[in-house]
Amino acid sequence: MSLMDSVRLSPDHRMDRPRSLWLRVHLDPYLFFGLLLICGCGLFILFSATGGNWNVVLRQMVRLAVGFGVLFVVAQFDPNFFQRWSLGLFLVGVALLAAVPVLGTHAMGAQRWLTIPGLFRFQPAEIMKLALPIMLAWYLSRYGVPPKYRHLFVSVILLATPVVLIVEQPDLGTALLIAASGVFVIFLAGLSWKLILALTTLSIGMMPVLWIYVMRDYQRQRVLTLFNPESDPLGAGWNTIQSITAIGSGGLQGKGYMLGTQSQLDFLPESHTDFIVAVLGEELGFVGMLLLLAAYVWVLMRGMLIAVRGRDNFCRLLAGSLTLTFFIYVFVNVGMVCGILPVVGVPLPLVSYGGTSIVTLLAGFGVLMSISTHPR
Amino acid sequence: MLNTSLDNREQERRLFLNRMTAAAVFVCLMLLILVARLFYLQIIENEQHVARSENNRLEVLPIAPTRGLIYDRNGDLLARNQPSYTLSVVVERAQNVDALIEEVSTMVDISDEQKERFFQRLKSYRRPFEPIPLKLNLNEREIAILAANRVFLEGVQVQAELIRHYPYGDTFAHVLGYVGRINEEELRSVDLGRYAGTRYIGKQGVERQYESALLGSPGFQRVETNARGRIISVMERQPPQPGANLHLYLDRRLQQKAVELLGDRRGAIVAIEPETGGILAMVSQPGFNPNLYVSGFPLELYNQLRDSPDKPFLNRAIRGQYPAASTIKPFIGIAGVDQGFVTWDYTINDRGWFQLPNDDRIYRDWLRGGHGEVNMTTAIAQSCDVYFYELAYKMKLESIHDTLDQFGFGRVTAADVYNSEPGINPTRDWKKNRHGFAWYAGDTVNLSIGQGYMLTTPMQLAIATAVMANKGHWVTPRLLRYSNDNQLMDNIPEPPADIELNDPTNWDRMHQAMHEVVQSNRGTARGSGLSASYDWAGKSGTAQVIAIERDDDGNPIEDVPERFQDHAWFNAFAPLENPKIAVAVLVENGGGGSGVAAPIVRQLFDYYLGLESNS
Repeated sequence: MSLMDSVRLSPDHRMDRPRSLWLRVHLDPYLFFGLLLICGCGLFILFSATGGNWNVVLRQMVRLAVGFGVLFVVAQFDPNFFQRWSLGLFLVGVALLAAVPVLGTHAMGAQRWLTIPGLFRFQPAEIMKLALPIMLAWYLSRYGVPPKYRHLFVSVILLATPVVLIVEQPDLGTALLIAASGVFVIFLAGLSWKLILALTTLSIGMMPVLWIYVMRDYQRQRVLTLFNPESDPLGAGWNTIQSITAIGSGGLQGKGYMLGTQSQLDFLPESHTDFIVAVLGEELGFVGMLLLLAAYVWVLMRGMLIAVRGRDNFCRLLAGSLTLTFFIYVFVNVGMVCGILPVVGVPLPLVSYGGTSIVTLLAGFGVLMSISTHPR
Repeated sequence: MLNTSLDNREQERRLFLNRMTAAAVFVCLMLLILVARLFYLQIIENEQHVARSENNRLEVLPIAPTRGLIYDRNGDLLARNQPSYTLSVVVERAQNVDALIEEVSTMVDISDEQKERFFQRLKSYRRPFEPIPLKLNLNEREIAILAANRVFLEGVQVQAELIRHYPYGDTFAHVLGYVGRINEEELRSVDLGRYAGTRYIGKQGVERQYESALLGSPGFQRVETNARGRIISVMERQPPQPGANLHLYLDRRLQQKAVELLGDRRGAIVAIEPETGGILAMVSQPGFNPNLYVSGFPLELYNQLRDSPDKPFLNRAIRGQYPAASTIKPFIGIAGVDQGFVTWDYTINDRGWFQLPNDDRIYRDWLRGGHGEVNMTTAIAQSCDVYFYELAYKMKLESIHDTLDQFGFGRVTAADVYNSEPGINPTRDWKKNRHGFAWYAGDTVNLSIGQGYMLTTPMQLAIATAVMANKGHWVTPRLLRYSNDNQLMDNIPEPPADIELNDPTNWDRMHQAMHEVVQSNRGTARGSGLSASYDWAGKSGTAQVIAIERDDDGNPIEDVPERFQDHAWFNAFAPLENPKIAVAVLVENGGGGSGVAAPIVRQLFDYYLGLESNS
């Protein structure tokens, strides 16, 4: 506990030297540095993963720039602002999710997008990635921690509503991650261990039910494939087999930048999106993987520190949840690419090529910066 | 109150710290799992994955060798290879095969039969990642359309390949045979390494007989590919060894002439160069277009041909087994004389019938009134049956059998003619085993005029005629004249032993007797022999299909349905001195040998010897 004690004391004497400037722009320098590091790594890998395609890298840079712009704007708001708008944001998010089956755009066998005519297409589930933890953090902090049973009950309703809507789209991966962000809030709020144990037992017991009634064939297939990728080497197992081969063949130091045969020769599917980390694993090896994970851990530690130093329960719960969810993203993506988790469409945060998730993620870090830089 | 509130807040902070600590432990555990997994994959299992990734990208692709060419004796190409573009599908690379086929159908015309064939192939045994052909012989327009839409057609490929082409089509169908797609059964028995990259295999004829030489040996290239199988770079290349070229004894023009002479009659013609044993022509009619086997026989046409009573797929020249009829007489006759059963001057008085002692059965001559006084020479010239009945009775089965055997009847003596039938040169044991009865003297009598149990193929008769023309000297009957594959040349089998006569002048006298057939006033084929600019010799034969009423000239009294009419035979060689060509002609249900088959021989000789003197 001694480490945590020292942590507890630290908010009162922040020793960041350029603190005045960083504070004035409401940016947390350690977090900012960590994020830049990851994004830099991401662009570096992306360049290789696309076979040296500057266009893709430039477009990703534009997205990152937009994301950091959003981060910067979000960081300027006082955490109280998020508290005030939590319910409104949540309701808008739920409404949009509910609108998807009616107005949504179909793509790739799912209905996940809403198109704003003439502007852009977006996934309402992205809003929920922020709206749900903000909502729960506000709700649970408002009624005090640890939560009472009735507040827990309401929390579960609040959590289940968007999650069920997203499962229906269907987008199990996103649903589970959003559910996780809510569960982290409830956990951090002090859900009793007894209950956690009971719920864990229950959810394990629920798995067959989930397997039979909730999951779709392709989802079941993915899980089955995880245990035996060779069973369907050209179908569902292909991705996993190829990415494991890519990572495994990287060895300690890798085959060298832009020299990964698996990735450069298109054996690796989605090598610049969901499976991008396999490119790193192949080309820069175990060392490269550890360095990237270290960058994530850096961000993670800083996020946890910000959470612990949070000025009130809302800030702490929200920062804690956002940080842990971020880690879950990393874990699920890397776990999936190296074959210990089923293949669900989860991008590697800030590294995978792709639009909305980067903006949402950086908006979340904007919230963390806000929490970190606004005085109590 | 403030204090409790402060306490409360401190408690809440502590609670959160606890939870965060728990979360941190959780995170550390998960990180540990990831790192452990990465360590396992990248450090412990590294070698295995390296090997795997090498396999992934380095593919050894076979390069099919060019099939050897087949030429005739004058260097005319009888079988060549021509480029063709095939639309095929690699099922493993297609997302949805049915949808893909539909998609392709909107771009190029694909018949229901082609689709059916495709799905049939899909179901049957095949090598993984082997492209399954959907449409062959694409035209340039189709190639262009497919190339333009390549991006949307994952799994579809257009391959250029050399396919076999037989420029003379039907003319050489039976002798050359054809190549066809390797079928399931063959796939299990052939050396897959040698056939890597090859989709065709010789099925019949020369193509089958010399398959191994024609095939050549595949080369390979080690290529770097991407996941879609597209070749990125070639790292190593070993060129294939093309198959051996074959130069055959076949004479393209003679073969064409033979086909022309047979016309639309069913029958066979085999011509042999006595000096070499080389097969100059080998025709079986009707034929079929062998190119259809290469490009895929339209099912309807195939069924039609298969079920045709004319049996176009039957190679009558080597698999059609017919009674030799009177064409057998010179072979029996020369043995009869040489072994002293008769002499050239031995004369009988033929009244039109023969009877065995103690046997009521009458053996008739084909000429009702008989030929009167005949010796060996006139018996051959006029094809007198009774003379040979009597001779056979004296010779007994064993002598006749041995003689026929020496001339190659009853066995396959052609070295490189695929799938020949041996015919039947009967023995007592053969009859006992085959029919369960003892051999009767009457059987021998029947045998003497080539009826009864004896059966021959046109090929055998042509070979025997060539041996006769050679005065007993055998040369290996064969199609192959020359090849750049020395092994083929070294492996030409020894011919059967020459026939040594006690008195070699008997050859000349028999030649003379056969010359009388086409020359003398009473020769059976005198009409065909008229005004020839060279001397030649032959023998007619009329093989009865069923017993029918005949008039004094041996012609059927009533109209006989075509299928029951006699088979017409004629075997001959020319010129009499230093023969250049020996032939056997069979016209199925053609009627009399001298009337139907002999004119064909004459024209064939005229053509060939005229050709010969010109060149």
